[in-house]
Amino acid sequence: MKPPDPCRPATVLERADFPRLFEVLAGRGYQVVGPTVRDGAIVYDALDGPEQLPAGWTDEQDGGTYRLKRRADAALFGYVVGPHSWKKFLFPPEQRVFRAHRTADGFEVLPEEVAAPKLAFLGVRSCELHAIAIQDRVFLGGRFVDAAYQLRRANAFLIAVNCGQAGGTCFCASMHTGPKATTGYDLALTEILENGRHAFLIEAGSATGAEVLAELPHHPATAADTTAAEAATARATAHMGRSLDTRGIKDLLYRNPDHPRWKDVADRCLSCANCTMVCPTCFCSNVEDVTDLTGEHAERWRKWDSCFTLSFSHVTGGAVRPTVKARYRQWLTHKLASWIDQFGTSGCVGCGRCITWCPVAIDLTEEVRAIRESSPA
Amino acid sequence: MDPTIESPARPQPATEPMLPDPWRVERVHAETADTFSLELTPVGGPRPLAFSPGQFNMLYVFGVGEVPISISGNPEIESPLVHTTRIVGTVTRAMGKLKAGDLLGVRGPYGSGWPVDAAKGRDVVIVAGGLGLAPLRPLIHHLLAHRADYREIALLYGTRTPQDRIFRADLRRWTARRDLQAQVTVDRAVSGWTGHVGVVTKLVAHAPFDPSNTVAFVCGPEVMMRFTLQELQRRGVPPERSHLSLERNMKCAIGFCGHCQYGSMFVCKDGPVFRYDRVRSLMKVREL
Repeated sequence: MKPPDPCRPATVLERADFPRLFEVLAGRGYQVVGPTVRDGAIVYDALDGPEQLPAGWTDEQDGGTYRLKRRADAALFGYVVGPHSWKKFLFPPEQRVFRAHRTADGFEVLPEEVAAPKLAFLGVRSCELHAIAIQDRVFLGGRFVDAAYQLRRANAFLIAVNCGQAGGTCFCASMHTGPKATTGYDLALTEILENGRHAFLIEAGSATGAEVLAELPHHPATAADTTAAEAATARATAHMGRSLDTRGIKDLLYRNPDHPRWKDVADRCLSCANCTMVCPTCFCSNVEDVTDLTGEHAERWRKWDSCFTLSFSHVTGGAVRPTVKARYRQWLTHKLASWIDQFGTSGCVGCGRCITWCPVAIDLTEEVRAIRESSPA
Repeated sequence: MDPTIESPARPQPATEPMLPDPWRVERVHAETADTFSLELTPVGGPRPLAFSPGQFNMLYVFGVGEVPISISGNPEIESPLVHTTRIVGTVTRAMGKLKAGDLLGVRGPYGSGWPVDAAKGRDVVIVAGGLGLAPLRPLIHHLLAHRADYREIALLYGTRTPQDRIFRADLRRWTARRDLQAQVTVDRAVSGWTGHVGVVTKLVAHAPFDPSNTVAFVCGPEVMMRFTLQELQRRGVPPERSHLSLERNMKCAIGFCGHCQYGSMFVCKDGPVFRYDRVRSLMKVREL
């Protein structure tokens, strides 16, 4: 653990002052979006105040299992990650691309104005910061730029919260994407809950973050505060429910397109696409052209899609990947191998959502292990 | 795939990447019973769409949908823009009903083109199967327009039946030329057919080119391309001088929708034209 930077002394925001964060952000024109309990899960939605945070709740996760449980304390961020990711705000599940209408001599296309409200993401985990950075590469780093994503991204204020615990399906430590936020945030919080004390170690990661911090009541951290924050990160690191051995993983998967394990996993996989929907980096979409009943007005929509659907690979003559075996192989090989060639990074951040939300508890760390253990050299 | 590997300058869309531009249908030409060519001109003044042979556009039928279709016209002239397609689905069926005067949405051009510079000073062999001749037609136009830059040019074209041949007027002109060795074969002959019978791969063995100094361009159904590339290799044309054009599902054409992935490549931006040695191992994997 690095010693605290003496030039930037660690700063503490007391729990009692936490509502001020909402007020300061609102004053700067931000709508806060963050975790809240709904339908038996912690999801991300617009929040009016801290009373909507999942105070005193935690989650228990394992393959195919997610349960909310009461905590013994009143932690605001005492859970890991739920089914939602921030992807839904930056890359909405459905977005209109254009409207068009019939004219006297043909048709006219009307470009869509992108609505990009200023959003403050509260409670972004380290794995999620990495996921956002990965989608930045996908949508902003190539020959073409997704202008709508770019605008939403520019208008987002990211408040990270370092994990003080790890879930049963977490493996960010082995993916080197957590549990402590190191980059990509405007503000980072570490929740301290010890001996009746409830406070947040708070650090700015950007100029805007420093401005927001300056508007908040804060005071220098004590040695006990920084020790408690470090202990929280160490605790999370030590309790990762899963791990993924990424050594040579690209070549391992490229070398094994015909491994018998693909058949084995296909016999269990329902091809339901849950894993791709909950994944914070999966970026595939469909483009749908629709018209109204009069046929005078048409729209184009871009919607989340999944490589697990049969229609995804359809060409003249049928689907390129008609079997579940080929589709699971495509997903896993893309996520962990070809993604590296495409974007210079793995497509996996070790958040564990695909394991938790798989209805039959397929665990990619286990599938990779099985392939590795029986791969011909 | 390293984007710096391929040809540096390629024509890019002039408009917002996801917004189609209306183009007017000037003429519809029936190629076969189910295949047609559309000649298009831009609406609202001259705004030509420069393209490299082998590139494609996304074509939008108002209210129906959008499909990727290769450009099949002459790249040496500004107008018209020509697309040739077969009626195979909802969008192409609606496209087949368009008449002169109707509008069609166009965005593009997208993708990699045939690397014509790699063929300069060499023999060229072009192998086409069925509708695969469409993306090769701009290449043939280009080669003939710059005929002195190339040595022997062989065109081998196969269709299922004589009735399935597209661009028949071109084929007549091409077969009459002395500086282009064009051969056509059909899988099944009908009475009156005096040409070759059999799959197009059979023509590779005796086609007039020097394998040690030849560049090959191949487009057709994937199985046809696989066997053609095998035959070309058997004759001694190395994989790094063989090029093919792949078809995959495409929804955006700009690398965002993910549908066209082929190994680590996006067919829409890294392809559709690939050098064979860069996809040969992928082509051996079933259902990739």
